[in-house]
Amino acid sequence: MTTVIFFLPFLLLFVVFGVYAERKISAFIQDRYGPMEVGYYGLLQTVADLLKLIQKEDIVPDKADRKLFLIAPIVIFIVIFTSFSLLPLSPDWQGSSVQTGVFFLMAIISLDVIGIIMAGWASNNKFSLLGAIRSAAQIIAYEVPLTLSILCVLVITQTLDLQTISYQQGIWSTVITDEPNYLFGLAVTNINITEVGGILTWNVVRMPLLFLVWVIYFISSLAECNRAPFDLPEAESELVAGFQTEYSGFRWSIVALSEYAMMLLVSLLGVILFFGSWNTPLPNLGNIELATWTSGTLGSPSAYLWGIFWLVSKTFVMIFLQMWARWTFPRVRIDQLMSLGWKYLTPIALIFLLFCSIWRLLML
Amino acid sequence: MVLFYFILSAFLFSVGLAIVITRKNAIFVLIGIELMLNAANLNFVAMSKSITLDGQFFALFVIVVAAAETAVGLAMVLKVFNYFKTVELDKINELKG
Amino acid sequence: MIDVLIYFFSALAAISALYILFTSNILYAAFALVITFLAIAILYILANADFVAATQIMIYVGGIVVVIIFGVMLTNKLVNSAPKSGSHNKFIAFIISGVLFTLLTFAILDMNLGALGVERGNIQSLGYGLMTNYLLPFEMAAILLLLALIGATVIVSQKNVKK
Repeated sequence: MTTVIFFLPFLLLFVVFGVYAERKISAFIQDRYGPMEVGYYGLLQTVADLLKLIQKEDIVPDKADRKLFLIAPIVIFIVIFTSFSLLPLSPDWQGSSVQTGVFFLMAIISLDVIGIIMAGWASNNKFSLLGAIRSAAQIIAYEVPLTLSILCVLVITQTLDLQTISYQQGIWSTVITDEPNYLFGLAVTNINITEVGGILTWNVVRMPLLFLVWVIYFISSLAECNRAPFDLPEAESELVAGFQTEYSGFRWSIVALSEYAMMLLVSLLGVILFFGSWNTPLPNLGNIELATWTSGTLGSPSAYLWGIFWLVSKTFVMIFLQMWARWTFPRVRIDQLMSLGWKYLTPIALIFLLFCSIWRLLML
Repeated sequence: MVLFYFILSAFLFSVGLAIVITRKNAIFVLIGIELMLNAANLNFVAMSKSITLDGQFFALFVIVVAAAETAVGLAMVLKVFNYFKTVELDKINELKG
Repeated sequence: MIDVLIYFFSALAAISALYILFTSNILYAAFALVITFLAIAILYILANADFVAATQIMIYVGGIVVVIIFGVMLTNKLVNSAPKSGSHNKFIAFIISGVLFTLLTFAILDMNLGALGVERGNIQSLGYGLMTNYLLPFEMAAILLLLALIGATVIVSQKNVKK
């Protein structure tokens, strides 16, 4: 429960600087300056935007379904914010330690569609409705490869608990299990890396195929967040702004906030599942115990701080990748989107699931 | 507390049945059937015991079958809509194809 | 504490189910169905069935309700008018379901519930069971899902019939 103390302010700060980063990165990619006026180097631009948004009128269209229109953004935000409660932040700090962690997370994420459909229908606008239908179709379609790619990780880790998955990927794996960590997870190599830790015990290195699985995860997570190149639900040139067309002021900013929260969520989940969660990337090399130095002492505040530091900085790299993808690739067509999801990603993810299961047998 | 689950389950089942009987729209009827399936599930889960967990297995299978049922059911509703241009069950009264 | 939660979410499930019964707007009914399903999922958690609860949320709310909403959207004109639907046989339905509920309640109160106890089930034993005692139903469910997938696609696909 206590992680809400961290996540709520962190989320708000992240959105303010995420929007700024997005504008600066897009400007850098397109060889221009981006926001420069407000504050030093445009740093306060988003704050100014937020102030403007909050004092704007909260317009409800006359013919809209008033009740649903008003609660839809709140539903979207609550759903996404709830799923943050399941994430571990550092070795001893997890919001809610349920046995079925990842599964619950996926279930809660799939609720997001309900809010989007609610917003789209209640607006009583053809653009909103079309955007909502597209969004729902897209999110449901890409949930399949997303779940399958997560399943590949779960086959290797043999648990649904996010905190256990985190422990397995570092020098503290002895806390939860007696099994030693071998290089590439294979006992045949006989190179025990339990004490080495660092990047070598991350899931992507323990099981190198998982890197390709992560590519599938990354593509599907872009589609789940409705981000470019899969931002069809809000394709500006066709649908004005999709399901959020009629929203304005504070309610619109909640919708935008949930979008960034979703980005943060899938990035955090990707880091936890594939890139070592809160574990340090630096391995212990003989006497140079980089991993021990950069992990703190288990149970002390240093472990909390290092855990959060590594988790958040790895997550920011993922978010940078998402922004990079957004400003590099053109938007796909709806038929391309569907054929990519169903005809390519899903079968490939299934094949990887088979490979991962075989690898797991070799790990025994 | 198990008793309370059972009574809620009975109540949801009755409401689901009432929806199935009274509603004209085919999609409403599907919603009623889903409610009845959920009522049955609630019983199974409330009765599941620690070691064997039979009730939970049953509930899982019921959920899977319900998903299949809804998919096929809605496909049929759409087909009916394409032909009769309505999904009001009392207006669909001819067998001639 | 848990008792209070059970009462609260049971009441929520019952009220939203009743709302579905009495509303004439199909989309409102679908959104009320979401509340019913979520309340039932929380009741599952309170009965220590975490995995079933997560499955319930994922498949019922994330899948079935969305498909139902799609069904509503494809069979109604949505812009500028709410999708309404009437009802009939009200008296018969009231009698039948009222009698059924009374009968079931009497039967339930008459049962010997002393033998039952809800304890914590873990996902290990669920997974183990699915791969041992329940392997056949598990595989059958997989085949059933595949058949439903193909069947639904075949039923709705528009064939080019030459006239």
